[in-house]
Amino acid sequence: MVVISDIVVQGVQMLLVLVLAPLLTGFVRKIKARLVLRQGASVFQPYRDLLRLLRKEVVLADNASWLFRVTPYVTFAAIWVAAALVPTFATGLLFNWTADLIAIVALLGSARFFLALAGMDVGTSFGGIGSSREVMIAALAEPAMLLIFFCMALVAGSTQLSTVANFMASSYVGLRVSLGMAVIALIMVALAENARIPVDNPATHLELTMVHEAMVLEYSGRHLAMIEFGAFLKLLLYISLIACVFLPWKIALFGTGSLAYAVGAGAYLVKLAAAGFLLALFETASAKMRIFRIPQFLGAALMLGLLGTLLLFVSRSF
Amino acid sequence: MHSLAFDISHTLAGGLVLISFMMLYQDRLYSLLNVFALHAVVLALSVAWQAFVQHAPHLYITAAIALVFKAIVIPVALHRIVKQLGIHRDIESAVGIGPTMLAGMALVALSMVLMLRVTAEADPLAREDLAFALSVVLLGLLVMVTRRNAVSQVVGFMSLENGLVLAATGAKGMPLVVEISVAFSILIAFIVIGIFLFRIRERFDSVDVSTLDDYRGERR
Repeated sequence: MVVISDIVVQGVQMLLVLVLAPLLTGFVRKIKARLVLRQGASVFQPYRDLLRLLRKEVVLADNASWLFRVTPYVTFAAIWVAAALVPTFATGLLFNWTADLIAIVALLGSARFFLALAGMDVGTSFGGIGSSREVMIAALAEPAMLLIFFCMALVAGSTQLSTVANFMASSYVGLRVSLGMAVIALIMVALAENARIPVDNPATHLELTMVHEAMVLEYSGRHLAMIEFGAFLKLLLYISLIACVFLPWKIALFGTGSLAYAVGAGAYLVKLAAAGFLLALFETASAKMRIFRIPQFLGAALMLGLLGTLLLFVSRSF
Repeated sequence: MHSLAFDISHTLAGGLVLISFMMLYQDRLYSLLNVFALHAVVLALSVAWQAFVQHAPHLYITAAIALVFKAIVIPVALHRIVKQLGIHRDIESAVGIGPTMLAGMALVALSMVLMLRVTAEADPLAREDLAFALSVVLLGLLVMVTRRNAVSQVVGFMSLENGLVLAATGAKGMPLVVEISVAFSILIAFIVIGIFLFRIRERFDSVDVSTLDDYRGERR
């Protein structure tokens, strides 16, 4: 009986991320439009876009290899698995023994690896530019992200995300300067990894600036739908990662009843809405930076992560 | 021992180290001065919190000195000096920002390792404060070393002194007389440096200290 309910809760979590991801993106777009005094598309527009793309015919280049056709599914699957591992409304789910922070980084990294390969596969110049820029950003963002995770893992004493979230939800944590640095660094990395505005602007098709968009320019139809869906899921993943580690209020702890799950789900929705609103606000207020300034931006994130890890040794030394 | 008092002083001192890094990161003169003012405000908060925790009312005076002189008087004066001299407002750094940040991280790591070894017996609060203070001092030195512009070197010097004040308040029992005399000697140093700035500017039409090398005959 317990096993069945565990499976059900884990399944609900997997479906929840799938259902909420386009809604979150639509919400952010709507808020951004409203902030610049435009009407904006409905918040459900991303669902419609996905359905429309799924119905359309796939146009493939003549020299596209099997890699080009497989990549959308591989990317989507890897990101979905990673998003399903992050605790959204409850910790201690069925798969939590695999929900290791390093495993999540590896899943995201392999998704990105396949996308970069596919960008170069067809041999157009845009794909190559996009892939090389994406890899440049990734090479700087991943060390920063790993250092942030080390910092969190050292505080909580485990790299297992569920355990980390449990620890953060307990009253033992207190106020720590390292965690403050880690959350700022994680937000910076999340902006870079999700191709959000100070680093990349997916809404433009300007060859000088585009990164992610250039890489997936050759995709169409259901392949493009999978890639877009993966991008939506990735945004949701980062927001729930930040929420479950740094804002763990009302998250349902292991072994609590269904009422706690409902409360946790409600709190999760509120957190998502707040994060989406803040993201839209930030994106409206800031401009995209030059591509050569991105190393400095991510270097600051790396520095914050490293500093947080170093400061931990002082705060733990009593 | 995991008390809120420790956490707050830890956060303030850590914030001071972080602001030192922000100082290393700046490449505009005015924003550097603003960051320096922020540094002094955080220092004043930290000292005031120590006064509250240690029940040492004379530390409030130190906090007030830091707030008035370092957060208001000196930055405003430096702003005016920069405006009067009409200095080029980009900061030429001798070393690039990336290597400077790495060197800064290494210095912080060094001060942590050193202080945690040396003061193994001490009170955790004082110990943690000393480690942070040493990193602030070293980062201030780094600002002085890596910048060519004399104004930013002055800022580095002042932030170094902030580190000293942090160390003095963390370790209990620094007499008020000493603190006031340190604060005033810094003020005097600032005035002297200000005069020197004007002299350097008059003589060389620039506050880039590398022009002094030519004058000494050390040509590169």
